[in-house]
Amino acid sequence: MNSLSRRKFLKITGATVGAAAVITGSGKALFKGADKVNKKIVKGIKKIPTYCDVCFWKCGAIAYVKDGKLWKIEGNPKDPLSKGRLCPRGTGGVSAHYDPERLNSPLIRKKERGEEKWVAVTWGEALDYIAKKMNKIKEKYGPESMALFSHGVGGTFLKHTIKAFGSRNITAPSFAQCRGPRETGFELTFGDVVGSPERTDIKNSKCLVLIGSHLGENMHNTQVQEFAEAVEKGTSIIVVDPRFSVAASKAKYYLPIKPGTDIALLLAWMNVIVKEKLYDIDYVNKYGFGFEQFAAEISQYTPEWAYPETGIEPELIRTTAREMALYKPATLVHPGRHTTWYGDDTQRSRAIALLNALMGSWGRKGGFYLPYNYSVPKYKYPPYPKPEHEPVDNPNHKYPFAEGELLSTGIREATITGKPYPIKGWMVYATNLTQSLPNREETIKAIQNLDLLVVVDIIPSEIAGWADVVLPEVTYLERYDELNTASFRQSFISLRQPVVDAPGDQKPNWWIAKQLAERLGLEKYYPWKDIEEYLDTRLKGAGLSLNELKKKGVVTGPKEPIYFDEGIEPEFYTPSGKIEFYSLQLAEAGFDPVPKYKRPEQPPPGYFRLLFGRAPVHTFSKTQSYPLLHHQMEENVLWVNTDVAKRFGLKNGEYIKLKNTDGVISNKIKVYATERIRTDCVFMVHGFGQTSKQLKSTYLRGASDSQLITRYNTDPIMGGTGMNVNFVTFEWEV
Amino acid sequence: MARYAMVIDTTKCVGCQDCVIACETENNVPEGYCRDWITTATSGKFPTVQLEIRSERCNHCSEPPCVTSCPTGASHIHDVGGVVLVNHDECIGCKACLASCPYDARFIHPDGYADKCTFCIHRVEKGEDPACVSVCPTHCMHFGDLDDPESEVSKLLKERKYHTNLPEAGTGPNIYYLI
Repeated sequence: MNSLSRRKFLKITGATVGAAAVITGSGKALFKGADKVNKKIVKGIKKIPTYCDVCFWKCGAIAYVKDGKLWKIEGNPKDPLSKGRLCPRGTGGVSAHYDPERLNSPLIRKKERGEEKWVAVTWGEALDYIAKKMNKIKEKYGPESMALFSHGVGGTFLKHTIKAFGSRNITAPSFAQCRGPRETGFELTFGDVVGSPERTDIKNSKCLVLIGSHLGENMHNTQVQEFAEAVEKGTSIIVVDPRFSVAASKAKYYLPIKPGTDIALLLAWMNVIVKEKLYDIDYVNKYGFGFEQFAAEISQYTPEWAYPETGIEPELIRTTAREMALYKPATLVHPGRHTTWYGDDTQRSRAIALLNALMGSWGRKGGFYLPYNYSVPKYKYPPYPKPEHEPVDNPNHKYPFAEGELLSTGIREATITGKPYPIKGWMVYATNLTQSLPNREETIKAIQNLDLLVVVDIIPSEIAGWADVVLPEVTYLERYDELNTASFRQSFISLRQPVVDAPGDQKPNWWIAKQLAERLGLEKYYPWKDIEEYLDTRLKGAGLSLNELKKKGVVTGPKEPIYFDEGIEPEFYTPSGKIEFYSLQLAEAGFDPVPKYKRPEQPPPGYFRLLFGRAPVHTFSKTQSYPLLHHQMEENVLWVNTDVAKRFGLKNGEYIKLKNTDGVISNKIKVYATERIRTDCVFMVHGFGQTSKQLKSTYLRGASDSQLITRYNTDPIMGGTGMNVNFVTFEWEV
Repeated sequence: MARYAMVIDTTKCVGCQDCVIACETENNVPEGYCRDWITTATSGKFPTVQLEIRSERCNHCSEPPCVTSCPTGASHIHDVGGVVLVNHDECIGCKACLASCPYDARFIHPDGYADKCTFCIHRVEKGEDPACVSVCPTHCMHFGDLDDPESEVSKLLKERKYHTNLPEAGTGPNIYYLI
């Protein structure tokens, strides 16, 4: 059907399960003290290396325990990701441990779903209840009717249990609601994905182009560190954003683009670069496929054509195109991360990939390096049962290039319709689905069709409020997790280990997954006694040991060549084996072989496009209650251009509400009237306006973009949900 | 004699507040208070906008009004590096120093004394950088001795353009912002 390789995608998600039979028995007894540390209080300061979990970047860190109490956490200087410095979320991560609103014991719902009325139960009762319900679902509908939504490394063992149970319906919103279109667009072009951490060689770039990517507000640690390094070195920075971001303030050129028109700009840039023969001719000749057809196609997209679409003056388009060409191949057109904007996102990502191809930056210093990961043998488990049905998320391959990861919205859809087969159970780990999926009502509708909703979380999140069973997990500071062997400039392996005891009756994810498996009669899939045995077995397979990692926290591999110019043979895993300027596989599937621009729908009079993004002190909707982070940003604000604010009589700091074109009204949010945004859009930071009554510190603080995202454009190529397509107006009744 | 100062490169700072949070954990700053903070100054008209982001704190002034206004001598100039400190035991919490500080750098700690940035003197005396400097992911903050012409801070001030906050207040601030 197409060449997108599952293998490449799996590299990002870090699946870790293998096959072979090693079976030992294991009882159902709850064993006490899972991941307990510090049996007696040690006076003085103890430094314990681990890796962070406040976001998915997984920075190596050193936790300081003073007189037996967690004091502070710093970057591990030996870690290649943090280089000894954490981001503000990582630094404030200690307060995850101290969060007074943490879940303390397992809960079973006693009233209607969403009423947040619970009864506290023991772990044994909660797990028995879940196992019974899961077995019922299996009997009635088959094991595939149990789905898992799981974000981050902590979900490793729950995924294992669900696969052993017989379901492959395992998903995370980080694909179809985030970086999916980027990965598909790059894979279609170069035959490989960008990955996480991104293989962007920011520190060596001489020209860095950021399109909507707001590094500095988006605190992906290594990237921000390298961005600052680039600023210091005098890298020519070009920022394209409807909002004058922090990154824009560091730029040589700021292009205040009309939202939704990025493809027009990209096509015009490529038009100039091809017409003026500014591209890397040798590179394109050697590695390019279908360049002539591509060049012919884009010859129509002049800067004059792009001007009325984008609002960017033709001369500025030409100047910036020439600027990029001046520094090639060390010109990095950053692929972004959260790329689900308008529904044509794969094609926009492909246009970004093609512009990089013209610069010859893929595989070159200052562009995209070729990453390595530390080879650690997988743990040998018995083979999983073969599922009878394909995953439920993408029936008949409606989205032909949705490969490698499942569509969370597809699983939600199947839960609502019961087609192609019913989904009756959800387990949710570390993803707040009412905030992370577009159209909250659809999520709630899907939940009504479930026989079982289990949420494993640290805090009483919004999604936990809808659960039948809530399982309180320990924080990353109180547990072991799967090893981090992410691909990077240099291979490395890092360990997360407990640094303090959990304050209550919380348990680590591995323990929950193992206990549940044992109750489901799947004990043969857990031949290890505890995670220390599991980790030590894996590490010994790589010539290391758990003891060594516990002391060092991180072990790095040898430095290896990362650029073509260092002797790596270029390989492109596309059907042509080359960089596909013209994509036959897209054409065969009925899509544009060269990206085309389509004018986006415009806001009705008096309405503004709702844009959302990140703040440096919060991750998604997960950290708003962590005391240290909470006090840095207790609620979000609404960015409105000062002229618009004047026209509508909005005062800085006053509370207003927003109403979208479907009549949905937001919670109140403070006006931030500023010169730093266009007049046709408004902006807010994602993750606020939470509705969990049990999470008092976040309850109705600020507004929720997710609530207002009732509309989304689905990317026909890979099923991503473009969410920047909602329009809002102001309401004064607060 | 040493004269400690902080030189902060506003062209690199992204305003992420890591310095603020690191200070909170390092110094056990009570919840809801802070010893340092981020200020953003926007000028111009969209899309021609300038933005300066500054990590701010006590300026450890050479002529500190908080010291002269203190009735008990609790506010004082430390004998190492000219750092302005508060002796908690001598402080009566009268707020005279709060009123005299043009930078609004002080607050009354819930335990009743005036509190503020100490330049992490407990770390500096061990040869370490202040917590805010050592944590910054952009490496935009530098700490050192202005009396030493070979120090990084002295060199940066020689090579780069800079400003201080409210120099007109005449307090001789020792936080410098590279522009």
